[in-house]
Amino acid sequence: MNPYSRPVRKLSAYAPIFIAMLALVPQLHAQENYFVTYSHELEEPDNLEIAAKSVTGAPKGGNPFVATALEFEYGVKTWWTSELYLDGQTTAGESTLFTGFRLENRVRPLLREHWINPVLYFEFEDINTADKALLEVVGHDSRADLLVRNKRSDKQREAELKLILSSNFKGWNVSENIIAEKNLNNSPWEFGYALGASRALALAASARPCRFCPENFALGAEIYGGLGDRHSFGLPDTSHYLGPVVTWNIPRGPTLRLSPNFGLNQNSNGFLFRFMLSYEIDQFLSKLRSPR
Amino acid sequence: MTQRRPAVFLLFLALVGFAFAAPGDGEWLNKVPAKDRLRPNPFAANPDAPVAGGKIFAEHCAECHGEDAQGKTQGKHVRPNLHAGRIKQATPGELFWLLANGSQKNGMPSWSRLPDAQRWQLITFLKSLP
Repeated sequence: MNPYSRPVRKLSAYAPIFIAMLALVPQLHAQENYFVTYSHELEEPDNLEIAAKSVTGAPKGGNPFVATALEFEYGVKTWWTSELYLDGQTTAGESTLFTGFRLENRVRPLLREHWINPVLYFEFEDINTADKALLEVVGHDSRADLLVRNKRSDKQREAELKLILSSNFKGWNVSENIIAEKNLNNSPWEFGYALGASRALALAASARPCRFCPENFALGAEIYGGLGDRHSFGLPDTSHYLGPVVTWNIPRGPTLRLSPNFGLNQNSNGFLFRFMLSYEIDQFLSKLRSPR
Repeated sequence: MTQRRPAVFLLFLALVGFAFAAPGDGEWLNKVPAKDRLRPNPFAANPDAPVAGGKIFAEHCAECHGEDAQGKTQGKHVRPNLHAGRIKQATPGELFWLLANGSQKNGMPSWSRLPDAQRWQLITFLKSLP
């Protein structure tokens, strides 16, 4: 029996609900152009973005998995975005399980656009060791973490800080993230990084209405990985990934994003495939208060 | 520990101040640097630019400013009418600066993620409004 068949059947049971959600949402467009790297673009005030960020892989010596982080991103103010993530995963031959949640806030301290724009990021995670969403790689994370059996997972609470530095220049976005994460169970601070660059395929919009116009596509690449911890800072025993990222912003529709990621050393998983579908609901609370 | 409390309190006051700042007051016009005011719009004479700019407006701006750009009141938020004299009198350079920086305390986000060309197309559209 195909080990994928049961999880796929379970996931397909939720498909009508997801499709109904998509039909109810009128329009949209996301602003990030990466999976792991954050730029300085925050959610517009009162907009709610709902995204399903997934990653799939087949770790050597383990079972293939699909992990998804369902993301709810709300623009509280122009300078403050708040997010809730609900994580889950399906591992072939094991089980499907909810692996925890994350609460995240991003604050932009400088209100004007600068050559380099800093954003401060604060996150609390209540997840377990079976979480495979891979929203960041820190410390000595390695492919061995992807081999944890679902039924043997332990709970972990973590605090994560990021300094996001990002620039927009001549149609390019270049972003650098410095990551510090601490398991609140008396573990040392762990460090990581993420770097990304992207550009729309065309800088000017065409006059005709179109879904496949080049300005609706962005191409880029990102690289991310761990930098050890407080006791052993550096590259030894860390994992790193590199991959191109393709984004398609469908006008008045969803945003689709794909990224094949390649492990750069023997601690990394050889290949990961990331994909995302997102919708943004403009003026979410205003619509709730005064529906048209 | 007690020495940290005033700093935390001041930070809290600053955040509350930003949160309750007044809506669109045109104050941003005073902040535009002189060299930015004079920037010419490279798409001003482009015959396709108003249509392309209209597309960008419909995608990114209409939800707040209205499909007809007449402005909107959403709860306690007043979204400015873009047919107003303030917009007609503003130079293309001033509008470009506003789109790049936003008027963050008034709820207008930065649109620096739009490439320069698309922001100029949007300005051409705004200038074409009756």
